[in-house]
Amino acid sequence: MKKDSNADMSVEAIRMKGIVKRFGNFTANDHINLTVHKGEVHAILGENGAGKSTLMNVLYGIYQPNEGSIEIDGKPVKINGPEEAIKLGIGMVHQHFMLIQPFTVTENIILGSEPRKGLVVDKASAREKIMELSERYGLKVDPDAKVEDISVGMQQRVEILKVLYRGARHLILDEPTSSLTPQEITELMEIIKNLTKDGKSVILITHKLKEITEAADFCTIIRQGKYIDTVEVDQVDENRLAEMMVGRNVEFKVDKKEQAPGEVVLDVENLRAKDYRGVDILNGLNLKVHKGEIVGLAGVDGNGQSELVEILTGLMKAESGKITVEGKDIFNKKPKEIFDDGVSSIPEDRQKHGLVMDFTVAENMILQNYDKPQFSKHGILNRSAISKFTNQLIDKFDIRPRGCENRLARQLSGGNQQKVIIAREVTNDKELLIAMNPTRGLDVGAIEFVHKYLVEQRNKGRAVLLVSFELDEIMSLSDRIDVIFDGKIEGSVKGSEADEKQLGIMMAGGKIDEK
Amino acid sequence: MKSKTSIWDGNFIYVIIAIVVGFLVGAILLVSAGIDPGLTYSTLFQGVFSEPKYIVYSFVYAAPYIMTGLSVAFSFKTGVFNIGAEGQFVVGSLAAVLVGIFGNMPPVIHAIVCFIAAAAAGAAWGAIVGLMKIKRGINEVLSYIMFNWIAYYLSNYVVMHSGVKAKSIEATKDIKDSASTVIQGLIPATGCPKVNSGFFIATIAAIVLWFVIKKTTFGYQLRAVGLSKTASEYGGISSSKIFMVSMALSGMLAGIGGAIQTLGMAGRISQFSGQESFGFDGITVALIGGTNPIGCIFAGLFYGAMKYGGNKLTLVNAPKEIVNIIMGTIIFFIAISLLLKRIIKGVQQKKLDKAKELTAAKEA
Repeated sequence: MKKDSNADMSVEAIRMKGIVKRFGNFTANDHINLTVHKGEVHAILGENGAGKSTLMNVLYGIYQPNEGSIEIDGKPVKINGPEEAIKLGIGMVHQHFMLIQPFTVTENIILGSEPRKGLVVDKASAREKIMELSERYGLKVDPDAKVEDISVGMQQRVEILKVLYRGARHLILDEPTSSLTPQEITELMEIIKNLTKDGKSVILITHKLKEITEAADFCTIIRQGKYIDTVEVDQVDENRLAEMMVGRNVEFKVDKKEQAPGEVVLDVENLRAKDYRGVDILNGLNLKVHKGEIVGLAGVDGNGQSELVEILTGLMKAESGKITVEGKDIFNKKPKEIFDDGVSSIPEDRQKHGLVMDFTVAENMILQNYDKPQFSKHGILNRSAISKFTNQLIDKFDIRPRGCENRLARQLSGGNQQKVIIAREVTNDKELLIAMNPTRGLDVGAIEFVHKYLVEQRNKGRAVLLVSFELDEIMSLSDRIDVIFDGKIEGSVKGSEADEKQLGIMMAGGKIDEK
Repeated sequence: MKSKTSIWDGNFIYVIIAIVVGFLVGAILLVSAGIDPGLTYSTLFQGVFSEPKYIVYSFVYAAPYIMTGLSVAFSFKTGVFNIGAEGQFVVGSLAAVLVGIFGNMPPVIHAIVCFIAAAAAGAAWGAIVGLMKIKRGINEVLSYIMFNWIAYYLSNYVVMHSGVKAKSIEATKDIKDSASTVIQGLIPATGCPKVNSGFFIATIAAIVLWFVIKKTTFGYQLRAVGLSKTASEYGGISSSKIFMVSMALSGMLAGIGGAIQTLGMAGRISQFSGQESFGFDGITVALIGGTNPIGCIFAGLFYGAMKYGGNKLTLVNAPKEIVNIIMGTIIFFIAISLLLKRIIKGVQQKKLDKAKELTAAKEA
């Protein structure tokens, strides 16, 4: 047991026993057990589609289990809907926030259970209660700000306050860190501590191993709908957890041989740009990526990374500067021209840019190449060639479910959607591959997969620019790390010599003393 | 359980339900107005089916609606709502009539040239709106509606122009016989004096359109832009170019619809006293047809038949507007069919779960 744990092992808060949930032929939960004690942080670990969300939806009353029993605070219960779950003290914070943007924080929190004074909503007393909760648990929010104006981290705190306001004693947090910055994650961990100190139990659904070892007392592992084990977190390490999750040994260290970088592929000089509000976002940025090298661009979100990538791929125009790829000028060219000049990319937002969600997998596979002779002649698509190509990639890149060529991209899991993009872009095999947050929201199996292909491109002598908010990812993959701060490269270090603290200082705009 | 695609998964069944509900609502209104719905509907159906020539007339009536339906359905594919088919239809008619009156060409060729003129006029009318959308970011719905009125007054201006206007009536001169698309040879056999090539043209247009959307790289680009502008841009597809082309083509289809109507029916254009609504009804046809080109053929036929049959309702003192009410109700129910679908699927899932629980209980 962890030293600073607040778990009271004598009081069972939640007990789910032998839960089975089937959808038609498919068994999403196959006899799953879960016991959570008072004041305990209990992580549920599993790959995308392992059945974590189904289990939580059973607990929250959204689904009725086909078999199994649930006890809350020692009493057997049947939970017929979220309202009953809330009455039993269960609160769920969804991965995708369910807030009304133009409403204030207070209005969002009380929505549906507004305190009344006669006929009007008693906002003052609500506000008071929110402030009291906010202080008690360190959930810093501005009760009068509109949700559309506050940060993602604060929106999440609003979601947590929403369930606390309704008297939740058992909190379910579904992938709570997927859109948070590293600082916000640290704050969240602190909040979770405060909650458990007060005797609340927290179920943490995640596939980030680091968070589990940091925050959780126990961890229940689910694989393909089946219960694998429940372990005490301080008895295992990340490797063991990952192995249990995917059912095989996972390589964390990327296998990467030293190789000398070749000639320059991407050359960015003195790039300046304004963001959509007309504010300077890139302030004379210089960047070089060579053949056979992965350059990691580290930095805190909002320092110009997104804009840089959009400019490099032609989605946004820069003010001034010079950009060449293998000597060819691509400054402010159209996406198609840049692609033809040798740049492919794994975009930051796979649902917005990477995929046409209502296109089939096959149609998505040819997004940039539909007009190439391989796939069409005289303007008529060659369905059989497209289908053959797609099936090859589905096999090679293990995109699931097998035979998904005619499924809509929307129907695939997030990890498999990303695999479609990786398959397409790696097969495009351009001189420069730009990857922005390529593993965001993916589980370890899928992350390993993405990393493998980025390194493979590098080993083949391609240039790779990796932009990521995950410092671990940058550090394990990059041959060289450039740190971006305030639209400029703040410093550059060799990948093998980088250390987290030093990078952290540069990411915050602090200079390293030159020796 | 095999994952069989049930009839409730598709869209067809919901269109049928909507049509049935449309007729029911119409019946309720007729009863409340003291009119016998049985008599009204039987008149409507007899008006369409009781004689071969009526059926032929329904086909003739359907052709322009199929074209405007295709125009709207096509625009939907790129995510544009062509509410301007009305104006494009009008300028198409106008161009066809002018070439029909003043052109001197042998038969067939003359008609073809009229069609080309109508197509070009409709395309231009759509393209201008497209240009304003792309270059200046002007919302296309607004400009479409304004261009409907510009077309309306332009047509009236030209119709009343001294060189164009016929003597003693408020309409243009008649087009030359060489420009007419009425098929003289079929008149005796069908008994329909207005039998023309419109339906064939519309059917061919629908099939071509289906092919373009489904099978060509151009269709791929259209659908990509319609489904996700951002991902298309990322993939190197220029959405502004696609908008431009698709809005012009959409206008062209409506323009051809105008030519079908004028060259095959009246042979002239009268001064408008109100919008004729061929374009607006195209929205109805596109929605009933599930925005599928082939669906538009059947939806257009249905619409044409209803319009034609509706003309005869005055015989039994029922207002012919009841047809519009039925159509409106149908559209309403098609619009909420998604909701309907969800409810039906939900009920089915519940039943399935129940059955599962039962078998599980028996096994235990």
